[in-house]
Amino acid sequence: MTTYLDDAELEQLIATASALTADDEVVTRALSRDIALPHRAGTGVLITLDNGLDHERPNTLGPQSLGELNRAVDAALARPDVAMVAITGKPFILAAGADLSGVAKLTAPEQATAIARIGHGVFAKLADARIPTFCFMNGLTLGGGLEIALNCQYRTVSASAPAIAFPEVFLGLVPGWGGAYLLPRLIGADRAVKVIIENAMNQNRMLKGADLEPLGVVDATFEAADFLERSLDWAARVVTGEVKVERPEPDTGEAWDAAVARGRAVADQRVHGTAPAPYRALDLMDAARHRSRDEAFAAEDAALTDLIMSEELRASLYAFELVQKRARRPAGAPSKDLARPVTAVGVVGAGLMASQLALLFVRRLEVPVTMSDLDAERVQRGVAGVHAELEKLHGKGRISADQLNRYRALVRGTTDVADFADCSFVIEAVFEELEVKKKVFAELEQHVAPETVLATNTSSLSVTAMAADLQHPERVVGFHFFNPVAVLPLLEIIRGERTDDATLATAFATSKQLRKNSVLVTDTRGFVVNRVLLRMMGEITRALDEGTPAEVADGAVAPLGLPMSPFVLLQLVGPAVALHVAEVLNAEFGERFHVSQSLRNLVEAGRPGLYDWGPDGKPYVSEETKALLVTGDSPSDAEELRRRVEDALAEEIGLMLAEGVVAAPMDVDLCLVLGAGWPFHDGGITPYLDRNGVSERVNGRRFLPPGVASLLA
Amino acid sequence: MPGESREVVFVDGVRTPFGKAKSLYAETRADDLVVNCVRDLLRRHPELPPERVDEVAIAATTQTGDQGLTIGRTTALLAGLPKSVPGFAIDRMCAGAMTAVTTTASGIAFGGYDVAIAGGVEHMTHHPMGSGTDPNPRFLAEKLVDPSALVMGSTAENLHDRFPGITRERADAYAALSQQRVQQAYADGIIQESLVPVATRSVEHGYGLATADEHPRPGTTVETLAGLRTPFRPHGRVTAGNAAGLNDGATACLLADAGTAAELGLPTAMRMVGFGFAGVDPETMGVGPIPSTEKALARAGLTIDDIGAFEINEAFAVQVLAYLDHFGIDAEDTKVNPYGGAIALGHPLASSGVRLMIHLARTFRDRTDVRYGITTMCIGLGMGGTVIWENPHFAGATEGDAK
Repeated sequence: MTTYLDDAELEQLIATASALTADDEVVTRALSRDIALPHRAGTGVLITLDNGLDHERPNTLGPQSLGELNRAVDAALARPDVAMVAITGKPFILAAGADLSGVAKLTAPEQATAIARIGHGVFAKLADARIPTFCFMNGLTLGGGLEIALNCQYRTVSASAPAIAFPEVFLGLVPGWGGAYLLPRLIGADRAVKVIIENAMNQNRMLKGADLEPLGVVDATFEAADFLERSLDWAARVVTGEVKVERPEPDTGEAWDAAVARGRAVADQRVHGTAPAPYRALDLMDAARHRSRDEAFAAEDAALTDLIMSEELRASLYAFELVQKRARRPAGAPSKDLARPVTAVGVVGAGLMASQLALLFVRRLEVPVTMSDLDAERVQRGVAGVHAELEKLHGKGRISADQLNRYRALVRGTTDVADFADCSFVIEAVFEELEVKKKVFAELEQHVAPETVLATNTSSLSVTAMAADLQHPERVVGFHFFNPVAVLPLLEIIRGERTDDATLATAFATSKQLRKNSVLVTDTRGFVVNRVLLRMMGEITRALDEGTPAEVADGAVAPLGLPMSPFVLLQLVGPAVALHVAEVLNAEFGERFHVSQSLRNLVEAGRPGLYDWGPDGKPYVSEETKALLVTGDSPSDAEELRRRVEDALAEEIGLMLAEGVVAAPMDVDLCLVLGAGWPFHDGGITPYLDRNGVSERVNGRRFLPPGVASLLA
Repeated sequence: MPGESREVVFVDGVRTPFGKAKSLYAETRADDLVVNCVRDLLRRHPELPPERVDEVAIAATTQTGDQGLTIGRTTALLAGLPKSVPGFAIDRMCAGAMTAVTTTASGIAFGGYDVAIAGGVEHMTHHPMGSGTDPNPRFLAEKLVDPSALVMGSTAENLHDRFPGITRERADAYAALSQQRVQQAYADGIIQESLVPVATRSVEHGYGLATADEHPRPGTTVETLAGLRTPFRPHGRVTAGNAAGLNDGATACLLADAGTAAELGLPTAMRMVGFGFAGVDPETMGVGPIPSTEKALARAGLTIDDIGAFEINEAFAVQVLAYLDHFGIDAEDTKVNPYGGAIALGHPLASSGVRLMIHLARTFRDRTDVRYGITTMCIGLGMGGTVIWENPHFAGATEGDAK
């Protein structure tokens, strides 16, 4: 019984929610054992959370699991002979948070509220208990798992716990089982903003066990070897009064205001107001300092209800699943049994891209990597560049001295194509010109084995055409990386008309070894990411050429919440490259892909883009640049342009699917999330287009059925 | 290396509670048991810089699975000792930990080590005795050993045959005494002080904490023992009640050169005087401690009358009684196993040697009138092992006591 919720109502909520999601929930049991506590501290009850499966399937907290925990906590607290209650998890895992598999079944706000209230109702018992309650965070502790810990009166953590975090905001939720209230009050708003907002929005960064005590999240840290034994020993000494836990009072004044403001700035920078979750979390954290626990929990209930019932969350969970599952089992990939081993790699070209590729291959495949170029000096520079990057990695402690020696020795340079003879996989990264690439492959074929894979990193040329005149065209495959190669996880793998399954399987297996997520794409210009980006960019530069002011054109798609605005992206890619790809796509697909005269003028003038950056760090369009822009007399406003862009995206993706460029809309979304950083809350892009009616307006139908990445109406 | 032998001291010893096979530790790893011991030993002695440990010798009878991979080294790594600390695995069946002690002590005496950790582990749930072995057919074909030699219970029955005066009744009476003494030692808080609590895993029940031996049966009497069946022979004498049982557990102790101990401030619980190992007929392996004790005494220049305290492993009551009869010691003499023994506590094979030393060290602390003590045990395949220790707390003999 807590002040927050009475037992009968809690049990009713659990029963109703359990019935709704019963089929999907992997139930985490709450197993209670009596513990004879050391130091004559009496009997404790240790509750182990265990779903009965191995570490590949972490404990999660659905309604039935919370019901289990509720019963276990009630039973322990009802006993007069019990001196303390502690909660821990199965080996390596406390809990990975709420069970999100049931979210799709929540179709009414009351159902979402119930989920929020159940967590609060059960966890509040741990805070309100008349005897000490402990959480021993023995391993992975995410979201609701961390909220169990925060609701307990004391916490310990294993120094080796690999991942502790609040990923809620990353997914489109708030830590709404007490986290948004309890964490800032425990460790101060500044650190809580770091954990709940900054880490979550920084690619879902997580803490390690050893990070927690310095942050003030836990009261004690113990090594993994005897974590539970030490935690129980420590807890027993808390019970006896030998150990007194003192926690500093957080500053609830200006520091708190500053922290929340900083959080808002981070959120603005990442999602520009387009995703609700970080702002709701910050509102809750802001108010946490003044609210009573029960008021705060009610506010969290309201926030969770709104977010669970939001289109953004549904799209986000869809995108998360794509990244977690579809990315690991690429649609259309042939059986991995067909893959041939890659024992030596060749990289043709010794430029910047080639060096990045050589670095990646040597680190991940740990086989000899031979780089070549036309003249010895360029080759030497290329190899030296890779060596320098390896040194940097060693300097940062990312690779050991032995690894450094090993990798350095594996990277070699040559000007003689014959030196590629024993390579089983050769990738070219030479000038983006069909005849140049064809010549490279033809030369290679003189020296390498017939089954050696010849891969091209082309972004715009035809893989089929590149293979056309070879003796063994079946071994040519597209292997399109995204820049920077070491950072972006996407690899588009392109099947040419004659590419055989063994080559393709080898490409997928190699991609996996490189720790990239690959998507199978047919041999069409622009593949997926560039085609979608350039279609958008074309629409925006078309509007620019028509006379739309640059700032309006660039800001039109802000409501999509893309990681950077189109013109900032243009600057990053370089106007010349953008222009070139636009021309290729225009030549292939016609006027759908606009080739902008303004852009051409910028390239010819040698400008790095539209923007200059002022001393305030803000971009502006200089007068000189303005003079280079074509200014038509039919400007659009932001709203009109956004609609045009949305329509163009829906049209282009519809065409790509009709052409069979990829297997399904999911693959387009996966490419955009992984290769362009498009946001989860748009689900990549097709859920966004569906929910705003664009798909139906343009194509007459949705990309995805209702409920897949959206609310069931 | 020095030309002169150095004095070796037993600093401290700890152990896990012993579990019954297929019970307390059924889902807990053997290596985790011994790692817990080593960590606790180091925690109890913060005055010992971990990098000063020169060797970790861990015994296990079956050296596969969670007792495999050179368990002394894996224990050192898993316990978080510096990687510079080496380790090895050792096996002399029931006397594994005892041999780990004598081997590393010899190394200390010779000057090869200053400080060593010695211990043992046996998870008889995961590794039933003899599992995975392939005895050479010559043993039987050439009658090198009696067929009963590999079944320990049968060797105990053979011992009853050899000493007809040791009846089932005497064995049961001794067993009941062992249970009573353990019960009393628990009541006095003697056993608990050397126990390391162990988190026990159970998929069905969740984690628990082992804080006490599982094997003892308080309240055992000769009457309750009399009804037990004799599994090794019809109308035999050896029962589950007068034998040690199948157990899981681990032990570890800290040994040091006396000078190093003084330098680091490590306490001295016992001083090693000498040791002896001896072989006997495998089919009556239980008599092993007799010749090993005689050998150890002779080498130390002592006689049995010099020994004021005995810790003899109770693999079987008959084997203890054979030893006591041989040396003319009364079965109920309080200088023998005063805190009970393996019949009550259990006998996780390769770990037990250090358990005996822990008990003897406690006796030395309690009995400043005792100067010398013995830890001894019988060993499968026909051996005995004995270590003689001197009490650093010895304050002079009192009237009527042994020297």
